Amino acid sequence: MRLKIYALLLAMAAALPCLAAPPGPAASEAPMAAVTVAPPSGIKAADTPNDAGNAITVRWQASPDEARKMIEGYEVLRAETPDGEFIKVGYVPYGFTSFDDQDVPANGKEYFYRVKAVGRESQALSLASVSARSAEQWFNTMRINALVSCLLFTLIVVIFISRAKSGQSLFIRRIAGLAAVEEAVGRATEMGRPILYVPGLSSISDVATIAALNILGQVAKKTAEYDTPLLVPNRDPVVFTVAQEIVKEAYNEIGRPDAYNHDSVFYLTDSQMGFASGVDGIMAREKPATNFFMGMFWAESLILAETGAETGAIQIAGTDAIHQLPFFITACDYTLIGEELYAASAYLSREPMLLGTLKGQDWSKAVIVLLLIAGLAVSLINPGIREIILQMLKVG
Amino acid sequence: MKRQIPLIIVLILGIFFFFQFFVPSRISTNILQTTLQWTIVISAFAIVLAIGSLFNHHMLKIRRRKPHWWNSIVTLAALVVMALLGIFGRVKGLEPLGELYRKLFHYVQSPMDQAMFAILAFYMASAAYRAFRARSQEAALLLISGFIVMLGVIPFGSMLWTKIPDIAEWIMMVPNMAAKRGILFGVGLGITATSLKIILGIERSWLGGGGK
Repeated sequence: MRLKIYALLLAMAAALPCLAAPPGPAASEAPMAAVTVAPPSGIKAADTPNDAGNAITVRWQASPDEARKMIEGYEVLRAETPDGEFIKVGYVPYGFTSFDDQDVPANGKEYFYRVKAVGRESQALSLASVSARSAEQWFNTMRINALVSCLLFTLIVVIFISRAKSGQSLFIRRIAGLAAVEEAVGRATEMGRPILYVPGLSSISDVATIAALNILGQVAKKTAEYDTPLLVPNRDPVVFTVAQEIVKEAYNEIGRPDAYNHDSVFYLTDSQMGFASGVDGIMAREKPATNFFMGMFWAESLILAETGAETGAIQIAGTDAIHQLPFFITACDYTLIGEELYAASAYLSREPMLLGTLKGQDWSKAVIVLLLIAGLAVSLINPGIREIILQMLKVG
Repeated sequence: MKRQIPLIIVLILGIFFFFQFFVPSRISTNILQTTLQWTIVISAFAIVLAIGSLFNHHMLKIRRRKPHWWNSIVTLAALVVMALLGIFGRVKGLEPLGELYRKLFHYVQSPMDQAMFAILAFYMASAAYRAFRARSQEAALLLISGFIVMLGVIPFGSMLWTKIPDIAEWIMMVPNMAAKRGILFGVGLGITATSLKIILGIERSWLGGGGK
């Protein structure tokens, strides 16, 4: 009996170290099960390029067991010293061999990394740790191509502006939708009905909205001239205040401040479908003779355009939202497609400086087309160059 | 001077934020973030003006007894009720008002939005009818390609001929994609040119009038 008690105590004492063993990397390195996995190799750590700092990119070569589908993912661990405590900072599933540690505590300080392969039944930590320091950069080298393109484009535009300023006549092709603006305003005047102008549903930070407001200024001048009522419902509060100011100034410029109705530019609602329903109501009640839909639109584009078509109004739409263009083309009389929206202000005002920028745009397009043809030809001759060209076009 | 100050501000900030795009440093990104926060503050002020406009617009309709003026009473009542419920519903002891606000939002406003969105399906049918009337060569081409693409995405298309899904995919990926990219090139240049015109003060319509 005593022998049995001694044997039991001995067995318990032997089991104690196992029970008291602290969890951590050392435990994971010990064989946890019959099937062990190999750790990842070739660990490299370096500062993440082209960023504001506090980020280090860790790369590694996959564990050989990944091919045998024994790896579920990789844990990335960071420590402040090579022998310090490694804390898990990230996890990536199998198939990935890099991780961006975006929460590096301090720039310029050295941090150490290890990568742990996590298998279904066991884990394996990389043998050596690697170190790196994060740093902030003052120039994003992945955007050099964008900078060069912008400067080149600016140069072309400036050349054409100076040509326009010197009095050289610039030919601009006829844009049917814009040529119809005068006729559309005239029609509304003859019918004694208002003109509805919707400057899109986006915010002022959208360039399409700014283009729509530029066109609104031109349309408002014509309505001021003909004394035609103008209705401008708005969805965005900032766009509303800017639109109100633009219309007011347009009436002042034409010399008809008395004709300006402060209530003609108004705010409807922030809700997308609420706005569509509000504008539909205006179209059904007020029966505008002309509807302008300019700027950025989403799903409501067809609801607005179809309701307008049912009321028998002349409709001129303009947007750079590619997915809404087919709806406008189908339901409106005239549609400004993409860049035509941005050309409208120059086309309507006929100011030489603005026309100069239009010509600059056209020539830039010609340069792009030539580059496309050259790139295509070179890629056909030497397919290896295709990858180099694609790399050059990438903006980070 | 009234015109010159905004133009100078736009020129300086325009050039600054153009170069900011190429500078990823912490100071640069912090300035951008702060400026974006300012726009939120400006928007908050604009909301007050917008609500004022909404109120005036409908009060005018009610006062002048314009056609369908009673709709304006509904709008103003909804505006006031939702605003009051939203504000007082957060006060301790008045939680039932907050609950009522949520119910009005979920069971009145949300279904109305969804109903409006659902109407889109009917408009799509009428627009498709108009677009697919083969009155010209272009419309006929659109009709044929649209028909093939629609057949290509339903099982019946491949039942008719196994190549139909491939043809549909080719239409989407080659001619359709080429047209899309062509438009996008123009849009990209248009956006850049408009930004440039505004930064350099060539385009002044946004100031109201011609900037004279």
